[in-house]
Amino acid sequence: MTNHWIDMANADVVMVCGSNVVENHPIASRWLQKARERGAVILSVDPRYTRTSSFADHYCRLRSGTDIAFVGGMIRYALENNRIHSEYVTNYTNASFIISPDFEFHEGLFSGYDQEARSYDKSSWAYECDASGAPLRDETLAHERCVFQLLKKHFDRYDLRTVCSITGAPEDAYEKICDLYTSSGQADKAGTWLYAMGATQSTHGAQNIRTYAMLQLLLGNIGVVGGGVNALRGESNVQGSTDMALLFHILPGYLKNPNASDQSLEQYLKRCTPVSNDPQSANWWGNTPKYMVSLLKAWFGEHATPENNFAFDWLPKHSVNNSYIPLFEAMHKGDVQGLILFGQNPAVSGPHAGREREALSRLKWMIAVDLFETETAGFWKRPGVNAKDIDTEVFLLPAAASVEKEGSITNSGRWAQWRYKAVEPPGEARPDLWVLDSLCRAVRKEYQAGGVFPEPIIHLHWDYALEGDPHHEPDPHKVAREVNGYFTRKTTVKGKTFAKGDQVPSFAYLTDDGATCSGNWLYCNAYTGPEQSDNRMARRGKDDAPNNIGLFPEWSWCWPVNRRILYNRASVDLEGRPWNPQRFVIRWNPVKSSWEGDVPDGGWPPGAKHPFIMQPDGHGQLWARFLADGPLPEHYEPFESPIVNPMSRSQNNPAVKIWREKPGDKSPFGDREKFPIVATTYRMTEHWLGGALTRNTPWLAELVPNVFAEIGTGLAEEHGISNGDKIIVESARGQIEVYALVSSRIPSFKLEGRTVHQAGLVWHFGYQGIAKGDSANMLTPNVGDANTMIPEFKAFLCQIKKAERSPA
Amino acid sequence: MKISRRGFFKTAGAGAAAGVLSGKADKSLAALPAREDPFANAVSTTSVCPFCAVGCGTVVKALDGKVVQIEGDPEHPINQGALCSKGLAFSQTVNSPGRLQQVMYRAPGSDHWEEKSWEWALPRMAALIKKTRDASFVQEKDGRTVNRTEGLACLGGAALDNEECYLYAKLARALGVVYLEHQARI
Ligand code: SF4
Repeated sequence: MTNHWIDMANADVVMVCGSNVVENHPIASRWLQKARERGAVILSVDPRYTRTSSFADHYCRLRSGTDIAFVGGMIRYALENNRIHSEYVTNYTNASFIISPDFEFHEGLFSGYDQEARSYDKSSWAYECDASGAPLRDETLAHERCVFQLLKKHFDRYDLRTVCSITGAPEDAYEKICDLYTSSGQADKAGTWLYAMGATQSTHGAQNIRTYAMLQLLLGNIGVVGGGVNALRGESNVQGSTDMALLFHILPGYLKNPNASDQSLEQYLKRCTPVSNDPQSANWWGNTPKYMVSLLKAWFGEHATPENNFAFDWLPKHSVNNSYIPLFEAMHKGDVQGLILFGQNPAVSGPHAGREREALSRLKWMIAVDLFETETAGFWKRPGVNAKDIDTEVFLLPAAASVEKEGSITNSGRWAQWRYKAVEPPGEARPDLWVLDSLCRAVRKEYQAGGVFPEPIIHLHWDYALEGDPHHEPDPHKVAREVNGYFTRKTTVKGKTFAKGDQVPSFAYLTDDGATCSGNWLYCNAYTGPEQSDNRMARRGKDDAPNNIGLFPEWSWCWPVNRRILYNRASVDLEGRPWNPQRFVIRWNPVKSSWEGDVPDGGWPPGAKHPFIMQPDGHGQLWARFLADGPLPEHYEPFESPIVNPMSRSQNNPAVKIWREKPGDKSPFGDREKFPIVATTYRMTEHWLGGALTRNTPWLAELVPNVFAEIGTGLAEEHGISNGDKIIVESARGQIEVYALVSSRIPSFKLEGRTVHQAGLVWHFGYQGIAKGDSANMLTPNVGDANTMIPEFKAFLCQIKKAERSPA
Repeated sequence: MKISRRGFFKTAGAGAAAGVLSGKADKSLAALPAREDPFANAVSTTSVCPFCAVGCGTVVKALDGKVVQIEGDPEHPINQGALCSKGLAFSQTVNSPGRLQQVMYRAPGSDHWEEKSWEWALPRMAALIKKTRDASFVQEKDGRTVNRTEGLACLGGAALDNEECYLYAKLARALGVVYLEHQARI
């Protein structure tokens, strides 16, 4: 989230699109209620009429997977009706930047497309620059090749009629949503955009979110109180686990993972450190060398020296995309032979789960750490297989629950909060920290007698035992202090002298010469001294900041440097005056020559730096030069779709990789004749994700004991299905048996002159635990977004029929 | 943060209690006979709900080393004492009879689990990790240094603490793992 949960109360308009916040983040909805009490309007846009829809003031339906058309039309509406925040757009976004004359767009394809490789050469999407390399701008926004004009032309195609024919939204409801939401374009009004997996789980997921962000930029809604583009994250620490880089393409703090082209630290830093000649650009990633060298010092300690490039060679370099779908494809081929798994349940939660279960069966060994025996840990005894045929050696390790250990987790609003241990774990269960520490030490022991390339293992800085503890119990505080970072020798930075071992006060003090270590620069400022009382994540200060907008700056700690609202320099004009003087995030005090309110996005005086400090050009990116699938979002149909794309001859996102067993294999997707129904998966309050925890909790298992598919009354009638009947739902990948929940909450659409129905599938279920049921992911496709590779769970095709036997 | 129940109410509960005493109490509730608090001697510890990323604060009450109740933390600025059905039910998850309490092992081709000790499992797992890593380790590919293994994969982490995630990433990269992924990708 650019903003945070409590800040939702400050919005004038709330858009929930791609999320079902009331169902999936129930306590957050109290802040929506507070917003409403202040007079805010709440809008819900969703393929289903959800709990959020019933909570909202206005609802508009859309067909699953058509967000770009829906929001593209809103952008057109905002431009046509002059709802945009012009001063903000001109000064703070790249609307005025002029684009290369080589740029073209035709039939859904941007210039530079290579059909064979299914990818783009992006050189024609670049800014046009002067001789010094500075981008050319036209602040009147009139130049025909400036971003603003290109954007206007692009979205002009998304007129009301076209949008409604693609999305299935009723025209009057759609116009109402456009009108209400774009009212937040007034300088002193704010609209917040809440999304979740409804937007990301798509083959154009990154562009879905870009469309939201672009509208927010045009309306001046980013950086301001009650605004932002807010990803409502599903797991308690999925923000922290992402920050800590449990993903193939990054290192902690969103540093890029080195790839095979980085043959030295120097080459890596050259590739990954952006340069800007604009003195007004903060170009924050220009600090990459400080953060990277500090990370290498945290990982390899005294063995990381200037002479050995700070041990850069020891980091693995990837050559291909190693993300989740390719990982399972490699496992299916037998290339991945060993799997370590902490609290994840792919047998239920992965796309095309039947294929993933098969892949698991090909492993030589698996180590699973969990609270319960999950479907994944017990994959060898799943229905329909003979355990004797599966040669995988499996270790299932008992983990401690969150209340049985100590450490921090980071919520969706980036607040890192410390938890304490209340009780001992049962039996032989151990904290994951203990498991990781013990595994690492055991592996090191194995390498004492030698092995292949043992240096990174043997020289890994790994010393987390509690001071004086004979059992070698690891100390989470020691780890947290390393994540923050400390000085490795006596050093003077910015006129301040620090002793060896002092904690680094904030990332502004990190250096690129090895004098500092920091396991994650973003968390540098979280643990600023040697005592447990220096752990800022454990703070419980109850007072709000003087600007009184619910920042609660002394409750826990938030990255970066306790800044509660990101890009907050965009919440003021070039003089430092807040767009909304009544409720401000920051404001410049000219008498004291300092900022008041939240921690500003850099302390420079107003107007000195462009506000979007993470971008080399410092501006909000209405035009994106570096995405895989285009500088502007364009509507494509999901890979399985009930219609022919009305926008262009490009049916699907042209930059998406399609997985086939071997070249020449037929399409892995189902066609609309055989599978005419649009399916989407979703979650419920009472269960949590793969269900391992909640399906083993009696109260919750009792509240929602069975898996079901929600279908509309029209579809039920066509198939002679009554509420509570058992039905078979089938896709090109498999079939499942579930109960039918017949309701009017699932709309159908008139598309291409015929009726297209939808089915909603609850996906938490599997073959273990108290509450059992078939897994919806047996049906979902393993095709992912062009940028993120997140699978398209939210829009695929299925067919249904009544099951022959009625339920027992 | 560990606090005795008495101490907790002195600090945390003061606001809530004041609300009741200031005459706003619902008459029908006030008329209910006083009930003995079954957790009067419980030790309270502050925590955060492990389910979704709202990050609601909780107070974990334990008697004789066992969790007896998990409630919303009334001081917490986000949830102000409230929890949803999952957060409230978490004490049952913790105490579920289905919880794993031993290291379990399934031999190749076997149809059942066997209980094992950590002392048995740790060296065995370490030896397998080394064997797979060493057999699949690639130092050079197409004339470029890559120092990686594609034979070993790591998954999971969104339910771990930050400190755990950090050590997981550090260990995986030290082993040369490039197939390092988790829930954020799906
Ligand atoms: S109590 Fe409910 S809303 Fe709060 S963090 Fe837990 S799961 Fe989320």
